Amino acid sequence: MTLTKTPAAAALRWARRHVLDIDDWSRAEIEAVLETAGAMVEILGRPVRKAPPLRGKTVILFFAEASTRTRVSFELAAKALSADVTTITSSGSSVEKGETLLDTVRTLQALGGDVVVMRHASSGAPYFVAERSDAPVINAGDGWHAHPTQGLLDAYTLRAALGDLHEKRIVIVGDVLHSRVARSDIHTLVPLGARITLSGPPTLMPLAWRRGELPPCVTYEPDLDRALDGAHGVIALRLQKERQEGGLLPSLREYSHVWGLTASRVARMRPDAPVMHPGPMNEGVEIDAAVAHGARSLVETQVTNGVAVRMALLYLLVGTPLQEERP
Amino acid sequence: MTDRRAIEREGYLVVPGFIDLHAHLREPGFEESETIATGAQAALRGGFTTICAMPNTEPAIDSPGLVAEVIARGKAAGAARVLPIATITRGRRGKELADLVELAAAGAVAFSDDGSPVDDARLFRSAVEYARARDLLVIEHPQDQVLSGQGVMNEGAVSAMLGLPGIPNAAEETAVARAILVAGELDARVHLTHISTAGSVDMIRAAKARSIPVSCDVTPHHLALTDDWVAGRRALAWEQGLKGQETADEPPRGVPFDAMTKMNPPLRRLHDVRALWIGLADGTIDAIATDHAPHASIRKDVEFDQAAFGICGLETALPLVLGGIAAGWCDRETALRALTDGPARVLGITPDPDDWVAVDLDATWTATAEALATLGKNTPLLGRELRGRVVAAAVGGEVRYDGGVRGEARTAAR
Repeated sequence: MTLTKTPAAAALRWARRHVLDIDDWSRAEIEAVLETAGAMVEILGRPVRKAPPLRGKTVILFFAEASTRTRVSFELAAKALSADVTTITSSGSSVEKGETLLDTVRTLQALGGDVVVMRHASSGAPYFVAERSDAPVINAGDGWHAHPTQGLLDAYTLRAALGDLHEKRIVIVGDVLHSRVARSDIHTLVPLGARITLSGPPTLMPLAWRRGELPPCVTYEPDLDRALDGAHGVIALRLQKERQEGGLLPSLREYSHVWGLTASRVARMRPDAPVMHPGPMNEGVEIDAAVAHGARSLVETQVTNGVAVRMALLYLLVGTPLQEERP
Repeated sequence: MTDRRAIEREGYLVVPGFIDLHAHLREPGFEESETIATGAQAALRGGFTTICAMPNTEPAIDSPGLVAEVIARGKAAGAARVLPIATITRGRRGKELADLVELAAAGAVAFSDDGSPVDDARLFRSAVEYARARDLLVIEHPQDQVLSGQGVMNEGAVSAMLGLPGIPNAAEETAVARAILVAGELDARVHLTHISTAGSVDMIRAAKARSIPVSCDVTPHHLALTDDWVAGRRALAWEQGLKGQETADEPPRGVPFDAMTKMNPPLRRLHDVRALWIGLADGTIDAIATDHAPHASIRKDVEFDQAAFGICGLETALPLVLGGIAAGWCDRETALRALTDGPARVLGITPDPDDWVAVDLDATWTATAEALATLGKNTPLLGRELRGRVVAAAVGGEVRYDGGVRGEARTAAR
């Protein structure tokens, strides 16, 4: 078995110090990560899922907001690359705790990790940490702002399913306003050539986007049926139950009737157009169980690819270049 | 005054001292952010020989004794004149009126619950009506706090991208509309502070055309900066949107989500900024007021959504206004009037003709923590080169700030 030259070559082209958002990435940078992730998928397919590029390095997982899936995914990714992993969790705002984010940054600095992976409830918090930290920072989700590794893993998954994304139309349906996943999907898929149709209730769209001031190659279609007609794929977003209490939705029942992914809606897309969801899913709300676990669903593939994409980023940021193995 | 003439002979522009309708001096209660003395010093360096101190201190300025104390500390500072504003409601709690007449007798020049509006519309109306007893000035911070909600920046394309909760223009405009309707119905004065939207300018213009007694002010930062600054794109308003005439210089870039760009009302879109300048030029806007809001670093060196609202403004006001003048957005005379006669008229005071400032229009300087006299170092202009500097400021004929005038003027000033 061989590793392609890709990871080492990608590492040579890689110049970024942090991964905070994808909004300023070039297509070449996105592709470097996706290519590297391809090599990581290969490592994950081996009997012993372990490679040495992060041996002796410490990855700090700083999770200031509850998360199991993303944290475990990063942990598996770091361990598959032979890194040591330390986890710091906290919840509630720093003000309530009496410990500021600045205090935490100083602690992280003193601990001396080689890379900080952080999840935080405040949009922009990773920028704050990156400004004040010697170690590279990977944003594992900040507020409503960005979730770069989700964007990259969704791009990887869609490419694996559809090939080149040029002129492919992907629907993102749901609570776009509060979704870091939607923003990062847009920033990752559009440079790869995709077109995005957003759908969902107007109360859950950013006002500027609803009024037509959209990012390039993105449109808004409130009618999900029309949005799905002839689409190449769909990503359903998780609906937080608080949105109903916040007066943004009449009821979850109405939401699922109007914007839920049902088998008949999914059938409006092109044949074999994939269905994705960042998880965890509210089955029966934004997606029917039959669709969530149906033939078109790539939800589990997304989870697997997530580990590979996170390995790719860790490798590109702090890994020792992989040697090509002889057959 | 000889020194004043000497300074003029050196080629400086000598103008009446500026009057700031809106400054937060933080004393008593938040002396780590600013004191009356440091604020009054910073004011002089910015060209303000008179500043009105907002009462949202701890305790809030809601009793005659506290008003007298602010006046005494202002005098003791020996810098800019400090005029106290007292609260509209007792304890600034928005429940019952403060003793407005007694507070005025103690020296309060105006009344405001600034930092918040008077939420209760009935109480607001009552305050405006009661203020007629002595022709008192009510300054309203126009904000519908339900509409602004958890918002931390302007609602628009920038907030959409940054994933930050937005404050819609309507949060200000519904409050402006309420104030205009109340002022019109009662035929009683209301001053609206720090208006920031095109819609507010339009409504106030229309109200004035119908002789409704409203006045308003705008801050220098709402005249110069846009919500792009929150995303780290730091071009001044007049440097933006010049399609086809892009300069070779990239606009200065900062880090996105910098809490230094967080203020209330939030920085708005270019469309709003242009409307503010038009309102300034046509007299809809009566005054430029700084909303100087110093904060200790602990309140700003945090996540954007956790940070305090507000930036310092006293020392950077003049260069920002001069920038807009240089760009041709308003003539100098009109803009300077909004720093002098305009606020004097709002307050109903006659400025001392011996309050003057000397300005070097061409001098450039860099706004750094060291260069600023205010204790608050919270301004997104830190590190930026600014054009236009106050070189001397006199209060009642006494030169209380000498920022390094040249030659003959220097000798004379001594």
